[in-house]
Amino acid sequence: MTPSLPNDVAWTILERMLLIRRFEEAVLKLAYEKRFVGHYHLYIGQEATGAAAMSALDNRDYLATTHRNHGHVIARGADPGKSMAEILGRATGLNGGRGGTIHLSEPDLGFLSTSGIVGGCISLGTGAGYACRRRKNGAVSAVFFGDGALEEGVSFEALNIASLWKLPVVFLCENNSSGSWAPGEGYPTLVHAAGSDLCGIARSVNIPTVRLDGADAAAAFAAISDAVARCRAGNGPVFIEAVTKRWPGNNPLWPEPVTGRTDLGMAMGESKPHGEHADWLEHHDPILRLVRSMASDAAAIKRIKSLDEDICKRIDAAVSFALSSPSPSPATAYDHVFA
Amino acid sequence: MAKQSYAAALVDALYDSLAADDRISLIGSYVLGLGPQRHLMDRLRKDFRDRIDDPPTSEAGAAAAGVGAAMAGMRPFVDLGTGSFSYLAWSQVTNEAAISYYMSGGRIPVPVTFHLLHGVRGGGAAQHSHSPQSMMSNAPGLEIVVPSTAADVYGLVRTAFMSNNPTMIASHAKLLGIETDMPADRKPIAFGHADIKRKGRDVTVVANSLMVHYSLAAAEKLAADGIDVEVVDLRTLAPLDENTILESVSRTGRLVVVDECPLRCGIASEVSASVVEQAFDKLKAPIRRVTRAQVPVPYSAPLEAEITPDPLKIEAAVRQVVEYGRRPR
Repeated sequence: MTPSLPNDVAWTILERMLLIRRFEEAVLKLAYEKRFVGHYHLYIGQEATGAAAMSALDNRDYLATTHRNHGHVIARGADPGKSMAEILGRATGLNGGRGGTIHLSEPDLGFLSTSGIVGGCISLGTGAGYACRRRKNGAVSAVFFGDGALEEGVSFEALNIASLWKLPVVFLCENNSSGSWAPGEGYPTLVHAAGSDLCGIARSVNIPTVRLDGADAAAAFAAISDAVARCRAGNGPVFIEAVTKRWPGNNPLWPEPVTGRTDLGMAMGESKPHGEHADWLEHHDPILRLVRSMASDAAAIKRIKSLDEDICKRIDAAVSFALSSPSPSPATAYDHVFA
Repeated sequence: MAKQSYAAALVDALYDSLAADDRISLIGSYVLGLGPQRHLMDRLRKDFRDRIDDPPTSEAGAAAAGVGAAMAGMRPFVDLGTGSFSYLAWSQVTNEAAISYYMSGGRIPVPVTFHLLHGVRGGGAAQHSHSPQSMMSNAPGLEIVVPSTAADVYGLVRTAFMSNNPTMIASHAKLLGIETDMPADRKPIAFGHADIKRKGRDVTVVANSLMVHYSLAAAEKLAADGIDVEVVDLRTLAPLDENTILESVSRTGRLVVVDECPLRCGIASEVSASVVEQAFDKLKAPIRRVTRAQVPVPYSAPLEAEITPDPLKIEAAVRQVVEYGRRPR
């Protein structure tokens, strides 16, 4: 059993997790309404790791994320309206509609350019760690990536460099392949690692590692806080593997709303998980899990509901902002090639 | 005027840049390869010890370290070694550094400087003789610098470090020991300004990097026969100074483009196409391209010479262009 979260941290993490969940439920709806084209990736089921990380990091730190970036960018505090506008390719988007869902980035919050190249973020985040070491101001670089990134050669190069140069980098492997589709269902397998221990890759270059339950916000917060402290003290990188049971809606090639709109009542004794994915909701949904641990009395339940209502309103406003935003003028396609 | 080798001027530019801006650091310090000039770097290793990190044999990882650090506000220099190795860092150069400013909506500049030693260097065979800069020209957002002289490499490298864009500096391996004039008041040279290295009336020869020296050698020989060649040194491939090329061709009416990249979709093809599109009516003869042949570089010396541009091939191309349309005597 991991230590429980300090009360204020728990509320902040829950707020961030709900913000991500409601944001991505809205993304899913907009995708079904064909409001944007192109493939996209959702973070549903993995919110605990990202939200906990944002509570463990501070303003001076850098972050590198992936094609599955919405959660990280939103949880760090990026404007939901501008983020949604970016996903819809609007001029008001975080990146003027040039990046889209796979490349959301908010440099004012410390994000590097968001690489959609698997493994790209590991190598870029290591570079940010090199910048932090040169500045000697105690800042760290946090890198989020999936288990698949460790199949790329550059990931090993980056881990080796980070270890050799003792760079302040928290490598946060969000292993979401547990429960993913198996070959033979018409899709390729997602898991191609010949080894069974992803942490072993980091250990082979003398980086200390921690494996944890990625749906456990308290465990994630404790481990990431320790890792950040180690980095700030100049003791080099840490590798964390946060394992989550894949949200079933991420199993098809295109996300599907298989678990519907998240009903927090399931975690507050008001309703019961049911249907094909009841087991995932009962045991693996990080939000329901955290709500269950926090909904200890009527006052807490009231506060949770009020928080959720408030967040839903913010997301509704974000969607309205995005939908009413103009598309970029074609003439601006030539802007920003060179700084 | 005092003379300096290309290698010494490059080292001076690195030294002066490090001294001028604390954000600058070197990822990789074997910029001059492992040849006789390598000791010129000792001065930097001594005076900027804590700002030089030699990476493991990891071109992609080292390039990304520089790119990521640049996104985080530093101005790193990444030595990619021999140009052929840059392919290992291709994603980091073309698909991370070059596109980030654009993809972020103008919010994430990437002021990283890469360096590589390009070109057919003698016995390098197919895997140590590449000139990847024409391929890199298909990566919008990347500045590509190809100096030919000591003064130019000094000025262009200084500018590369001050630029807010990712910059690739390609130095021909055979340039390192070549000494040229170095003015006392050396200073940064703006990108996108070709330099007319030799004024002439009859033919424009557009070249870059080592090919500038070969073109000047050919021009001297042709001058003895009364053919007056103008040699335009591009200095930067991106941005490309079309104006200077077009202005020169408008005066001479004849164009030979010399480049060591392979023929297809190369720098010479690009320059030729631009001139045909924009100054067709000024041309008195078809354009000739003198480039590396479209084959991998062979090891054996006579084979290598066969497929590589040299002063004799440039001279022959110029004569063809000048004699076009003349009646046989």
